[in-house]
Amino acid sequence: MAIKKFAVACYDDEEVLFPAIKKVRRSGYKLHDVYTPFPVHGLDHALGLKETDLHIAGFIFGLCGTSTALGFISWIFTSDWPLNFGGKPHFSLPAWIPITFELTVLFAAVGMVLTFCYLNQIMPGVKKHVFHPRQTDDYFVVAIELTQHASEEEVVTFLKSTGAKETSVQVAEEGWWYGRWDKQEPYELLNA
Amino acid sequence: MTERFEVPARLKTTSIALIAIGLIALVIGGITLLGGNEFDKTRFWVVLLQDAIFFTLITTVSVFVQAAASLAQGSWIVAYRRVPEAIGANVWLFGLIMLVVSFIIVFVFKIDGHNPIYEWVYPKGDKILEGKSAFLNPGMFAAFSIITIGLWSFFGLKFRAMSLAQEKAPKGSTKIYWNVVRLSGAFLLVYALSQMSTTPWFWIMSTQPHWYSTMFSWYTFASAFVSGMALILLWVVYLKNQGNLELVNKEHLHDLGKFMFAFSIFWTYLWFDQYMLIWYSNQPEETVYFKLRQQGPYSIIFYGAFIINFCMPILILMSRPSKRNYFTLTFMAMVIIFGHWLDFYQMLMPGPLGSNWHINFYEIGIFMGFVGLLIFAVSRTLSKASLVPHNNILLKEAVIHLS
Repeated sequence: MAIKKFAVACYDDEEVLFPAIKKVRRSGYKLHDVYTPFPVHGLDHALGLKETDLHIAGFIFGLCGTSTALGFISWIFTSDWPLNFGGKPHFSLPAWIPITFELTVLFAAVGMVLTFCYLNQIMPGVKKHVFHPRQTDDYFVVAIELTQHASEEEVVTFLKSTGAKETSVQVAEEGWWYGRWDKQEPYELLNA
Repeated sequence: MTERFEVPARLKTTSIALIAIGLIALVIGGITLLGGNEFDKTRFWVVLLQDAIFFTLITTVSVFVQAAASLAQGSWIVAYRRVPEAIGANVWLFGLIMLVVSFIIVFVFKIDGHNPIYEWVYPKGDKILEGKSAFLNPGMFAAFSIITIGLWSFFGLKFRAMSLAQEKAPKGSTKIYWNVVRLSGAFLLVYALSQMSTTPWFWIMSTQPHWYSTMFSWYTFASAFVSGMALILLWVVYLKNQGNLELVNKEHLHDLGKFMFAFSIFWTYLWFDQYMLIWYSNQPEETVYFKLRQQGPYSIIFYGAFIINFCMPILILMSRPSKRNYFTLTFMAMVIIFGHWLDFYQMLMPGPLGSNWHINFYEIGIFMGFVGLLIFAVSRTLSKASLVPHNNILLKEAVIHLS
């Protein structure tokens, strides 16, 4: 949670975006993040992002679902409230498999959604800075953090040379905060 | 790195040696088993039938995969499309063996006035079989088998021929491409009406003609499909190791690994579906199938196939790195093919053989013979054309494919 200064470049085409990202990474400037209106295939490779561990969480959630279902059903039908279904044994595994399967899927799915929200810091009420309103429409937005080693003009000229349609320098909160969209935030006063 | 595959001497010798082992097993089996009692004679034929069915079905999967990918305009397959093409172009070979073996069994094989493998050939005196004889009779069997195998072989050869014709077509021409899409739709219709319904009824389910299951054809299809994908993967890895197929990378292998993983789960789903419905309703005419397999003499194969075909793939192939690793993929592909061969074994044997089953030199020898034949035929077809489908309009998309 810190307020930082960013140089922002907007591109209107993936074919310009990919070489630009390559150049930014080669130049050594600190790449903050890239915002795209839709999932771009291969962007994670271009950014050199680490493989996510979300699926391991999914596996563990699934195992929790399996054990919850099997444990709960077998407890109910063998000791807590045994019932006779068509003469089948009380402990009748085949009949429980569909429910076990469903609960595994449910736990894995819901757990992974929540983990995903946690990892990406999204939740109702959580607010993050929007670098350009058209990043959800048709612009691919690249944000570079300005450090003491990179001057404003230098980075902006560099970004323009990579084919950016629009460039700007913004002071913004890099993390998330609780707030409302209609309330002005401190960094916006700074920008003004 | 070469675009053309020349059959290495070692592969050729291996395949011929395997065929020789198969022939020796056939001869020894013929001498010892055909001179034996009723079960020995039955075993001689039913083992041949099992291998012929298994290899016909898994080679046809290659035709199905091409058709499904063409119809969906999937490009992921194009980088190694020559492999399923070459396997699919050899369906006629295994189909022919299947026709010969099954026709001998239906029309010639007879012990004391009844047919131990296909009981319905002589339905006299059995009310249920007499009732079914409008569908289950030698004429229908022959007609359906000939039409099925004829169409499968035709489409297998046709897809290959069209893909080779695309190479010579003017650059960027899409005429053949759309013809393939149209033919693929036709093939899927044929496949749905044969592999996914009638064919397994005639060939496999009718070995226990009093029993029936509406899930059976799907179950057979799932079994064949996952082993067919494993077969394609084995060829891709082999060619890659030979220095061919330089356009194929880990992304493509990852896709094949996903298919093996996902369809192992799909197989288990159908396996369990069929089981649970019969277990739940508990009707004697249906449970007889699982009585023999689950509690009877076949329980070791029944549970063994389940462990090999479900527990191993789900645990080993679940993680991403294992689907991108040559060793685990190759190992699992071989395990899956063997596991589903066992699965076909437990589908076919209990009806004709009862508790008199054996897996020894004869079963293994015949299986090796078929493997040798497959290697020999497919490598020969592969060597006849360039391994890169030049001029295919999806080739670039296939090369930059990310799984």
